[in-house]
Amino acid sequence: MAVQPQVIQLRTSPHFHKAVTVQTIMLNVVYAMLPVCAWSVFQFGVSALALLLTTTAASVLTEHLICVFTKKETSVTDYSVVISGMLLGLTLPPGFPLWMAAVGGVVGIVMGKAIFGGIGFNCFNPALVGRAFLQASFTVAITTWTPANAPGRFFEFIPSTLAFPFTTPAAVDDWVAALHVDGWSGATPLAAFKFGGEMPPILDTFTGMTAGSLGETSSIIILICGLYLAARKFLDWRLPAGMLGAAFITSGIFWLMDMEQYPSPVFMLFTGGLMLGAWFMASDMVASPVTPLGVWIYSGLMGFLTIIIRLKGGLPEGVMYAILLGNAVSPIIDNMTQPRIYGAIRQKKVAK
Amino acid sequence: MSANSAALKTFPHGVHPRECKESTEAKATRRLPFADEMRIPLSQHLGAPAKPIVREGQEVVRGEPIAEPGGFVSVPMHAPATGVVERIALAPDHRGGMSPSIFLRLYPSASQEILYGAPQDIDGLSPKELVSAVQATGVVGLGGAAFPTHVKLAVPEGKHVDTVIANGCECEPYLTTDHRVMLEQPGHIMDGLRIVMRAVGAERAIIGVEENKLDAVEKLRESVPAGLPVTVEPLRVKYPQGAEKMLAKALLGREIPSGGLPADAGVAVFNVATLAQVGDLLPKHQGLIERVVTLTGPGLARPGNYLIALGTPLRFALEQAGFDGHVSQVILGGPMMGATAASLDLPLTKGITGIVVMRPEDVLPPKKIYPCIKCGACLEACPMRLNPSRLGVLARKGMFQEMDERFHLRDCFECGCCSYVCPANIPLVQHFRIAKAQNRKRSVK
Repeated sequence: MAVQPQVIQLRTSPHFHKAVTVQTIMLNVVYAMLPVCAWSVFQFGVSALALLLTTTAASVLTEHLICVFTKKETSVTDYSVVISGMLLGLTLPPGFPLWMAAVGGVVGIVMGKAIFGGIGFNCFNPALVGRAFLQASFTVAITTWTPANAPGRFFEFIPSTLAFPFTTPAAVDDWVAALHVDGWSGATPLAAFKFGGEMPPILDTFTGMTAGSLGETSSIIILICGLYLAARKFLDWRLPAGMLGAAFITSGIFWLMDMEQYPSPVFMLFTGGLMLGAWFMASDMVASPVTPLGVWIYSGLMGFLTIIIRLKGGLPEGVMYAILLGNAVSPIIDNMTQPRIYGAIRQKKVAK
Repeated sequence: MSANSAALKTFPHGVHPRECKESTEAKATRRLPFADEMRIPLSQHLGAPAKPIVREGQEVVRGEPIAEPGGFVSVPMHAPATGVVERIALAPDHRGGMSPSIFLRLYPSASQEILYGAPQDIDGLSPKELVSAVQATGVVGLGGAAFPTHVKLAVPEGKHVDTVIANGCECEPYLTTDHRVMLEQPGHIMDGLRIVMRAVGAERAIIGVEENKLDAVEKLRESVPAGLPVTVEPLRVKYPQGAEKMLAKALLGREIPSGGLPADAGVAVFNVATLAQVGDLLPKHQGLIERVVTLTGPGLARPGNYLIALGTPLRFALEQAGFDGHVSQVILGGPMMGATAASLDLPLTKGITGIVVMRPEDVLPPKKIYPCIKCGACLEACPMRLNPSRLGVLARKGMFQEMDERFHLRDCFECGCCSYVCPANIPLVQHFRIAKAQNRKRSVK
């Protein structure tokens, strides 16, 4: 008797697939950012926590609502929007008013991601689009720094954090003065160097005992988390390597030209948003090239631009604009760096 | 895996799917009984279909030619069993279309002894005569491609093949036929190598074997006859190591030019099972009527390697291996490149290396397809160093000509590495197959 089978399915090969999905990658990036977030909360207290929650919630809600309005399946389940929200939070100063942060989250997702078509189609890193918008709109608030490790930071908000929407936040000078922090100048290490010519010890920038945006103060934590991602192959190692390498070399050249005027490359490497940018922002897969050579050019360009903006531009920090510029030229780089295929060189010889 | 595997030769890129060979690799080849009815499609190789030389109602003896080649790139067919030709008619083929086939009803009492053929002196044959002698055996590439073997032996004028590569990689998961052939028929492989080396004028031969088959490496090394310049090279386990271009790269560091022939790189590549058949059949002047097939997968109670007569219905073969009808997919070939069978009434053909039976619980439901996130995993996997990411984006837009002209679509040999690694679950290879088919249609117009 012939055995009657059940329905046989037709599928196309390959019938095996690797278990890694978009969700796996994005979720791992989220995991890798959690220690960075935790450190920022430890340093800056409840204000930092509220800020991170606000940007993340604003981003996730925006994307979800857009999907609802455009009658698409919600795309928040791929976790890429969570990354954008957390990243935006990490780039803001600790006392940044929450209502402004929420606006940044909304703008970043709408202008940086949704209008291009959502995940896979954004030309720029949505978090940085949001931050660029905030920098242009709220210049004072985004350059107002508060000291790390303030006493009572776990129970008390920085006064500017809870500013009522559409009002100017309260000045934090009195609050900061009341803390009696020794040597507090209200400047990040980069700003201190740029406008005052002073530099804090490099060890402090390495461990995060300085002022700065939430996620940029401790290079070592970012480095460890980034290395985890690279080791699990959720991040192209060439990208941070190229960006940090180029930044080191560029600032090294300036330093060798004039050691008095320019800071050492090591200082440049561990201050500001360079570490965070190189490991978590520039590495937005969608907005960076896919070809290995393209990644080298792209990351090198961003590292170079960062230092040029820092040393020669009007701003103390150049990572954000460097990355956005890099994003902008990424498709061109991609087009120019198509890989040499197997058997290609010989073919040219044959053709001649 | 041995500790020195990093030192072994291989090619750049590629992937490491799970191997799944444990259930059959140690099982010696057994002969499957004959089915009552068989069907021999006239086009089971690449090239022109064969032309039948028997009539309906005619009695045929096992091993007797029943169809002649339809051109140079074509091979004859031989009767896989003694019986009567019931009819010659169109029947569903593996590609989903209809193609002419010879239907054979077996005589139940026949001994199924091969009475056809006579010993021939192959040493007296010139290379040219060897080519036609190999064509007469009906042997095609038994590694899955089913490209007529004699065509590879006819090296175009002005080209010189210095090295014959024997492919014993068997990089597809689940399959163990080549492994068993290497263990059980090393003598036939050496005979086959001697023949093809003489036909193409090669000075040496290398047998490439993935290092998960070290017993085969040893067996082959022992079996190399004195005076035959054959070396056996273990290779790192990596898919698709068994592709002809990857083998040339791994063993010799040579690249077969894009759009060119292996002969352009001075090599000719043959599967070990093909060589074993040539070595076995040619001196006896017989035709290809059976092959070793791995019947495996979680849906079979008795997975193993079986010697099966060509033309045997898949259903019959699977039932012999403990198939109980609880099935979701039947993959012809390995899971990386094999196609799923639309029906179990299809016959076994020359190009089927294995049959993998998957139950419904073994097959994951189709995963959600995301847009390409440009992670670059496919570029790191593609053994041809193409840009599947860009090709996939262009395919979605229907820009098939652009894919061909600027992004080397034609060099894709559909190994499936890009689809295998894609975290967005984009069916890249399927996109490329469609694009190629569309381009072919356009160029015909």
